[in-house]
Order: sequence, then C-alpha cells, then structure tokens
Amino acid sequence: MALQIFAYILHKDGIIDDTALEMVAAAAKIDASASVTAVVVGCNTDAVCSSLTASFKEVWKIDNEALSYPNAEVVRGLLARVIPKGSVVLFAVDPFGMDIGPGLSIRLDGAYVADAVDFEGVEGGNLKAVRQEYSGQVSTHVLCDIAGGAVITIRPGAFKAAEAGSAGGTITDKTADAIAGGLPGGARRYIEVVQAEVGDVDITKSEILVSVGRGIGEQENIEIIRELAKAVGGDVSCSRPIVDAKWLEKSRQVGTSGQTVKPKVYMALGISGSFQHLGGIKGSPFMVAVNKNPKAPIFQVAEIGVVEDLLEFVPMLTEKINDMK
Amino acid sequence: MEILVCVKRVPDTAENEISVNNSGSDIERGDLVYSVNEWDNYAVEEAIQIRDKVGGSVTVVSVGDADSEEVLRREMAMGADKGILLSDGAFAGSDGKGLAAILKSEIAKGKYDLVFTGAQADDGAGQVGGMLAAMLDWPYASLVNRIEVIDDKKLKIGREIAGGNQEINEIDLPCVLSIQTGINEPRYVGIRGIRKVASVEIPVHGASELGLSADSVGKAAAKVSRVDYFVPALGKGAELLEGSIEEKVDKLIEILKSKGGIK
Repeated sequence: MALQIFAYILHKDGIIDDTALEMVAAAAKIDASASVTAVVVGCNTDAVCSSLTASFKEVWKIDNEALSYPNAEVVRGLLARVIPKGSVVLFAVDPFGMDIGPGLSIRLDGAYVADAVDFEGVEGGNLKAVRQEYSGQVSTHVLCDIAGGAVITIRPGAFKAAEAGSAGGTITDKTADAIAGGLPGGARRYIEVVQAEVGDVDITKSEILVSVGRGIGEQENIEIIRELAKAVGGDVSCSRPIVDAKWLEKSRQVGTSGQTVKPKVYMALGISGSFQHLGGIKGSPFMVAVNKNPKAPIFQVAEIGVVEDLLEFVPMLTEKINDMK
Repeated sequence: MEILVCVKRVPDTAENEISVNNSGSDIERGDLVYSVNEWDNYAVEEAIQIRDKVGGSVTVVSVGDADSEEVLRREMAMGADKGILLSDGAFAGSDGKGLAAILKSEIAKGKYDLVFTGAQADDGAGQVGGMLAAMLDWPYASLVNRIEVIDDKKLKIGREIAGGNQEINEIDLPCVLSIQTGINEPRYVGIRGIRKVASVEIPVHGASELGLSADSVGKAAAKVSRVDYFVPALGKGAELLEGSIEEKVDKLIEILKSKGGIK
C-alpha cells in the first residue's frame, strides 16, 4: 500500500499559512507516490478546506466550536483517534507543531524527526532527512525508520511552495469520528492570548535597523550599537539572547518569536543568524553582517560580510561616519 | 512541590565554533568547551524559585556518561537539592524516544508533581519533554515562559507563541513543561558554590536499576539515527570585505551610503 502522508494545515482568520503549500512539496520529496491528505482543525473552516482542494486530493475537516483556538493537548488526542498508524504526519516548526508533535509520535507509535529542512527519499523503509544543528553551523543526515509511521516537523521556508494546482480534492468531514467520546486533553485548558507589549520604538516601521546579538558580550557594550544607530540614522533592534538577558526590551526583538521587520538596510552585528531570527526579516533588505566567526550562518544570507570583532569594528565605523558629517 | 528537571551536557556554542571532522562522522570535539544546555539552566532556576515559594525539593537528572556529573553538580550549586545520573552503555545511541523511556523509568521510581525540560538544545530536537508526557499520560506544554502556582493541583502558565504574544493556559499537576529561555534570570554560580557540592554523592542508575530491557533503549531500539555531519552547501554567500580593519570600515561606509544605509 502506498505511504499515507497527512499535512496539518495552519490557518488563521480563514487564510491558510504559507507552510501549507510547502508541505505539498515536502511530501513529494518524501515519496512522490504517497497519498497526501490535508488536515484542517478549527471552527468554521469551510473556506480553508475549499481553498486546499486545489492542492490536495484529500482534505480532512475536524470542525467544532471548541476548536476555535488550537490547544495542542486537545488536537493531539483527536488526531490520535483518526490518523491510521503507519502514516507520516507533517507539522510546521512553530509553537503549535513543537507542542503537538513529539507526544503524537508516541501516541501513534511512530518515529519523530524535528525541524527537517530537506528529504532525500526513502530507501529500505528508511527516510533520509536533512537537519541542522548548532544554530545551522553544521548539517546532518538523519535516517528515520518510517515503517511504523512518523511525525515530522518541517522548517518554514525550507521547501519551495508548490504552485496551487488542480488536484480537485474532496473534503471529508472527520469531526464525528474525532470527537466521538468527547474532547480529549482536558488537563490543559486554554485561557487567552496576551498580546505583546508595544515598545517606545516600532522597529517594524524602521528603514535602517542596527541589530545586535550575543556577540556583544556584555550589557554595557550595547552603547556602541546605540551610537552606530544614531550615526546612520537607524533604530536599534536585536536577536533573542539580548532580550532573554533583559538588555533590551522585547519590542526590539527581530524573529519569529518577536517582531517581523522589513527595513531597507539591516545590519546584523554579532548575530549568528538562526532561522528563527531570519524568519522575522521580510522584504529582502540589503543585509550587512559583522561577526568574528567566519562560519556564522548569517554570512550565507547577508550581501556583505565583515569578519571582525564587533567590539573593535563598530566604534571605528561609528567614528568614521561621524567624522564625515 | 516535588520538581524534577532534566538537564543535558552540550558543547557551549557561545564559546565554540562548531566544525565537522574529516570523515564527517562527528563534529570536532577536541577543543570544545562543554556546559549545561542553556534552556535547561532556565528550567533549573525556575524550579528553584518555585520550591523557594511553595516548598518541596528540586532534583536534577541527566542521561549521559560520567562527564555529565559536572553539569549536575553545577545545577546543584545553583540550588537543586539532589542529582541523579542515568548512565549505562546500553543507553548509547538512544533516539529521543529512548531518552524519554529512560527518564520515564526514573520518574516512576519517585513521586514528582512537576517535570521540566529545556525547550530545546543546540544539538537536539526539542522532543524529549513531549514524548515523556505522552508516555506518562500527563499533560504537557512547550515553550513555557511564565509559571504561577495556583494550588497543589494546578498551575497557570504562559507559552511563547508567534509575534512575541503569550498563550495563557491552566494545567493540572502532575505535568511536564518545556521551559523557554527568558522566563527568569538564572543565578550566577561561583567556584565556591561548586566546591560546596563537590563531595555530595550523585547516585548513578543504569538499565537494571531502572528495570529497562536492553532492547527498549539504545541503538537497537532507535528509529531515528544520525548518519553523518556535513557543512551545508552555501547559497550565494556574502561578499566578505578584505583588507585591514580600517580598509573594511572605509569600504563598508561606501557600500552603506550607496544602499541608503546612512541617512
């Protein structure tokens, strides 16, 4: 029997997430002959399901008022009831996929591969996947025995989205099967979403961002970043470790767990360039990276790279710019 | 509240450049500086703070070889009450599920209300916490960045979701939580603190103490295994500026000016 792949579709306000069509591409790379089913969980999902029929032959709908916010504890229990063992289930790497995935692999008694960025086919029941470790400094090939099924999370943006095709898919309502016996996951109850605080500067509107990362070393060194930002007429932003250390406010954090920015020029200073950070930079800005580690992944995406210690380089740069004025 | 925190010894990426060895079988480990996984350190700090508020104890546990003992001692110096090392040749080559099975057997020997893991590790997959919870049939939440103890039956927790927003949940005990960085400010551990716990005995439990059969963990049971390491094929890559540092400054200023990077 052909491999069955299920793609869990993220959607919000009736719109499917970009990762939905990336999953079509990812599934084809796992096994081009597999049957691929989109799984839509939520409330009032008809429009979402319809929009997927162009790209998926099968669309499963699990629709109930209680599912308007996707609580992973609830959804995991529902999926474990309806997804046949031996299937491959795909999620996007995001706070929901990370929440639901590992536990679902146990419930379905399958393997688990996190954060795949590529697949190199199935051989002898083993799927060869590519992952990254150490913030993208090295890659690994991973063999995953999928004979008993697997849960796999795929990195957003790693697979080139398939064109919306003309799959002419059919929608199957699995709500009754999934919810028969009541809603699972009652031990964790969703209460609300608290919106992020708005800071004094809205970096999402900045044209020039001078962004600082772990390479800055000490809190007092942030001052040299402020001075450079002032010299070039830009705003200070940062990567996650700077916010974790409470050296800058959360509203200045660029990344999937922070702000999505679209400047014209982005200066990454002492930032290694994790995919979560890069995921918050849109609109293809002109990117300059300064990092003393020549292997830092940021150099793969920046236009211009400077391999220097930023503590030495940045003050010199600032001084020279100020001298010109 | 009896709290168990799962910790892991990893190469410290803030201190090291990671490169692949000649054969691609591993990363170059010769000169690596190791420390406790950053996320785990936040988890231990959070556990200590909860214990100090509501009472109970904090136990740190690690699956690893004898070297992992130093990580346990470091976390005990922070304030954890006990350390347990889970170590056995049979554990080598375990995948995430194997690690979760090992930890589950240790948890079954105790009476824990709350189990923490770090949300992820630089050489890991962010998987063990969720698997462990499913094996124990306990509720689970990942990426937790706020914890408030309501009573001895439940917690109010915040999870980090996209855009800097926070998802608030109520969760029943016992449960497993994976802790995100930034939830607190882990305390500094000085050399004196480490010395104080240097002679505390850390029990070592192997497969037989945990009642694990050799085929349920380790390489034989693993469905997922790493084949090799390689350096990713670069895209176009950045144009690296050459010359002295002064020359690089001058070149960069010219480029920034032409691209609108200086107002």
